[in-house]
Amino acid sequence: MNEELLDLDFKDNQSETLIDRREFIKIAGTGIYILFTLWDTSVFAQERQRRGQNLPADFNAFLKIGEDGKVTCFTGKIEMGQGIITSLAQELADELDVKFENVKMVMGDTDLCPWDMGTFGSMSTRFFGPALRAAGAEGRRVLIELASQQLKVPMKYLSTENGIVFDTRNRKNKISYAMLAKGKKIERHLKEKPEVKKPSEFKIIGKPENRRDAYEKVTGKAKYTGDIQLPGMLYAKILRSPVHGAKLVDVDLSEAKKVDGIQVIHEGDFIALLHKYPDVAEIALSKVKAKFDKPKTGINDKNIFDHLLKSASNGEVVAKAGDLKKGEGEAENIFEETYLDGYKAHSPMEPHTAVAKIEGDKVTVWASTQTPFPAKDEVAKELSIPSKNVRIIPPFLGGGFGGKSRNNQIIEAVRLAKLTGKPVQVAWTREEEFYNDSFRPAAIVKIKSGINGKGKITLWDYHVYYAGERGAPVFYDIPNNSTTVYGSGWGGNAHPFATGAWRAPGNNTNTFARESQIDIMAAKAKIDPLEFRLRNLNDKKMINVLKAAAEKFGWKPAAAPSGRGFGIACGTDAGTTVAAIAEVKVNKQTGDVQVKRVVCAQDMGLAVNPEGATIQMEGCITMGLGYALKEDIHFRDGEILDLNFDTYEIPRFSWLPKIETIIIDNKNAPPQGGGEPAIILMGAVVANAIFDATGARLFQLPMNPERVKQALNKN
Amino acid sequence: MADIKFKLNGKQVQLEVDGDRRLLWVLRTDLGLTGTKYGCGESFCGSCTVLIDNEDVRSCQTSMKDVQGKEVMTIEGLEKNGKLHPLQSAFVEHDALQCGYCTPGMILTAYSFLKKNPKPSHSDIIKEMDDNLCRCGAHQRIISAIESASKKMEGGL
Ligand code: FES
Ligand code: FES
Repeated sequence: MNEELLDLDFKDNQSETLIDRREFIKIAGTGIYILFTLWDTSVFAQERQRRGQNLPADFNAFLKIGEDGKVTCFTGKIEMGQGIITSLAQELADELDVKFENVKMVMGDTDLCPWDMGTFGSMSTRFFGPALRAAGAEGRRVLIELASQQLKVPMKYLSTENGIVFDTRNRKNKISYAMLAKGKKIERHLKEKPEVKKPSEFKIIGKPENRRDAYEKVTGKAKYTGDIQLPGMLYAKILRSPVHGAKLVDVDLSEAKKVDGIQVIHEGDFIALLHKYPDVAEIALSKVKAKFDKPKTGINDKNIFDHLLKSASNGEVVAKAGDLKKGEGEAENIFEETYLDGYKAHSPMEPHTAVAKIEGDKVTVWASTQTPFPAKDEVAKELSIPSKNVRIIPPFLGGGFGGKSRNNQIIEAVRLAKLTGKPVQVAWTREEEFYNDSFRPAAIVKIKSGINGKGKITLWDYHVYYAGERGAPVFYDIPNNSTTVYGSGWGGNAHPFATGAWRAPGNNTNTFARESQIDIMAAKAKIDPLEFRLRNLNDKKMINVLKAAAEKFGWKPAAAPSGRGFGIACGTDAGTTVAAIAEVKVNKQTGDVQVKRVVCAQDMGLAVNPEGATIQMEGCITMGLGYALKEDIHFRDGEILDLNFDTYEIPRFSWLPKIETIIIDNKNAPPQGGGEPAIILMGAVVANAIFDATGARLFQLPMNPERVKQALNKN
Repeated sequence: MADIKFKLNGKQVQLEVDGDRRLLWVLRTDLGLTGTKYGCGESFCGSCTVLIDNEDVRSCQTSMKDVQGKEVMTIEGLEKNGKLHPLQSAFVEHDALQCGYCTPGMILTAYSFLKKNPKPSHSDIIKEMDDNLCRCGAHQRIISAIESASKKMEGGL
C-alpha cells in the first residue's frame, strides 16, 4: 500500500470525528478493504439539509475481505431490534458471492467504524443499503482482478460463486477469496458506482432469512449495555427532581451516607449515590431527603392544546396547489375539524443505560444509543477532551424507537466516572425512563376541506401544529390544496418537557387527521370509503396497496357507518406506500375497543429481507395499537404522572388482532423504509372502524374507553 | 447478612447476602447471570422472569431469603448440552423476537405454563402471556412459537 498516498488522503480529512483510516487498517490487519460512502446523493443531501447536519464528504463504511475468506462490514449503524444486522449482511453476501454466514457485521463502535449520523428515520436500508451493495460489487471486481493475475485468465472469463473465483471455461481452474486476500493489504475507494446485481441474479437478497442474532437472544447470551460489568465498577443512582423545572432547595444526605459501601457525589444540583450493587445504591437514594421548589405552570394534559396553540410560531406553507377560494366555491359541502394528539412515551423495554470507563486520557463508553457518533462528540465536550479520545460502543439495544437518539445517560455516566475515578454504570429505572423521555409531541391538526356533488375533493386546507412536516402534504388528487406547518415535530420551547422523534415522527398524528377527515367526507357523501379514496387518487402505488389490502380483507363496498366495524386508511412514510383495513368491535357500555383484524399492504420497493420486513410491519401494527387506544402521558405542572406500565398501558397479547401483511413485489424499485410506515395508519384505521361500527367519530388520540363513551353519547 | 443456599441452573450455590436483596440484582451482579432483564422493577413487565421450582416468578419482587433451599432456573439454564430447548428453537424459527430484551422472560413464562398446560389453546396462551410486555410488537410470533413448541414437546419439557 502506498503510505504517501494514504498520508495525503488523511490530511485531507479535516473532521476530527472521522476515524484515522491508517490506524484502523493497521489494527484490522491484512486483507482487501473497500472504503465507501453513501450513494444516493440527491436523497441523502435532502436529508442532510432537513436535519441541518454536516455530513462528512469522506467514506461512511468499510468492508474487509479477510485472509480467512470471511467478510466483515464495519458500519456506524446500530441494531436495536429492527433487523439490519441480518438484512445488511444479506445484501453484502449476495453482491460478493459469499455465504451469508461468512459475513460479519461490526456495528456502531466509534473506534472501528467510520462516522455515521445515527440509526433513525428508516434510512439504513434506503441510503446505506445501496452503498453497501455497490461496495460489495466493487469488492467482487477487485477479487476478479486479482484472480486474473494469479490464474492468468482474462477477467472476462472469470466469475464468482461461494467465495471462489473460477474460470467459466474450466471450473477446475479456480482460487478462493481467502487465497487472494492472503498476505495482502489492498485499499480501494469506491469512486464510481459499479454495476450491482440485477434482481433476477439475486441469491440471498429478497429471500426470507431468520434473524442472525436470535441464538444469542434466546439463550440470554446477547449483551446489552446493562450486562456489561467491569472490574471495580460502581452502579450509580441519581437524584431526580420530581417535577420538570423544579429547583433543589435543600438536601440531607446524612442517612444515605450511612449505607455500607456507598459513595456519594454532590456537585451543585447533581447528586448521585454509587455502590457496587445497583439495588443498594437505590436504597441509599431512597434515604436522601430533598426539598424542591416546584414551579406552578398551570399546564396539564387537558389544557396543553390551548397552550400550544397560543404559543405557536408562524406557519410555513410547505405544499400548495391551485386556489383555495376557488376550491371552496366549487364545494357543495365544507368540513372543518380539529384533531388532537397527546404526548407519547417511547418506553423501550430496555431503559437508557451507559457504562463509562476512563483510563488515562481515553474514555470508553458502552451505551444504549441510536447515535454513537454524536454521543462521542457530546462526551468530548462534557469532559473538554478531544473527540478522538472517546470511544462509544453500542452493544445490542433493547429497543429505541427514536428515544435513544438522546444520550443524557451517557453524559451522566462519564461525569460520574470522572468524579469517582472508577468505571460507572448508569441504568435508568423505568420511572427515570418515563421522566427523562423525549416524548412524541402533543399536536393539533386543523383541516378545512370540501367536496363537490360527485364526491371529488375540491378543497384541502391543512394546518398542523407541532407534529411537523412528515406525512403532512396531501397525496390525494385535490386541485386546490395547501399545507401549513407550525413548528417542527421535534422540540420547541412550548412543550413543558423534552420532545423528540418517536417511530415515524409526526406522521402518526398527520395520518390520523388526514385519513379521518377523508372518511368524514366519504360518509357525508354516502360513498364507500375505499371507493371515495380511489375516486380522489392518482397515485398508482397508493391505489395498488389499497386494492391489495381490500382484496385480502374481502372488502365489500358500503357507506359508513355500516355497523360492521370496518375502517380503512392509507399513507406514505420513508418512501414506502402503505394501506390498512381493520375490523373492530366496540363495547358500547364500557367504551372498550377490540381490534379483531388488520390487513396491511405495503409497497417498499425491493424488500431485501421479506421476513424482516414482515416482522417490522407486524411490529408497527402491534405497537401502533398503543397510541391509538391507550397511550397518553398525563402530567400536571411539569410532573409526569405516568411513570410505569401500570398507568401507561402499552399493547399486550390480549389486544392482538389477527394481522395479515402483504408486501407488493416491486424488486426493481430501490428499497425503502420498513421499520416505520405501517405504524402511521393505526390511529386513523381504528378511528374509522369505530365510526363504521357505531357512527361515533373520535377526534383525539388515544381513543380510550372514556373518549369512546363520550363520542357515543354525543352521537 | 444471611447464608443462602439454593440450586441455580442445576448447581448448588451458597451466598452470604442480605436476605432482603432482590433475586434479580443478585443474579445479574453478584452471580453475573445477565440474561434476566430489568424492565420495570414493579412486576408489571415480566422481563425479569425466572423459574423457582418450575413456577415463573418475577425476580424483581423476590427476596433472597425466599430463595433459600429452592431450585432457581434462569434463561442461561435452559440450553442443555449445547442443545436449545424446543421453546428456544421455536423462538428462533418463528423470529419471535426483535430487540430480544423481553425474550428470556417470555420463554420462561411459557415454559412454566406449558408444564401445567402442555396443550394450550390459542386463548390459553394469550391469557397466560398477557402480563409479559413486549414493546417491539413481536406478540403474534411469540404466540406461534409457543404453539409450535408445545406441539413438538408433546407434553414433555
Ligand atoms: S422487571 Fe420485574 S416485572 Fe418488570
Ligand atoms: S422483542 Fe423487543 S421488547 Fe420484545
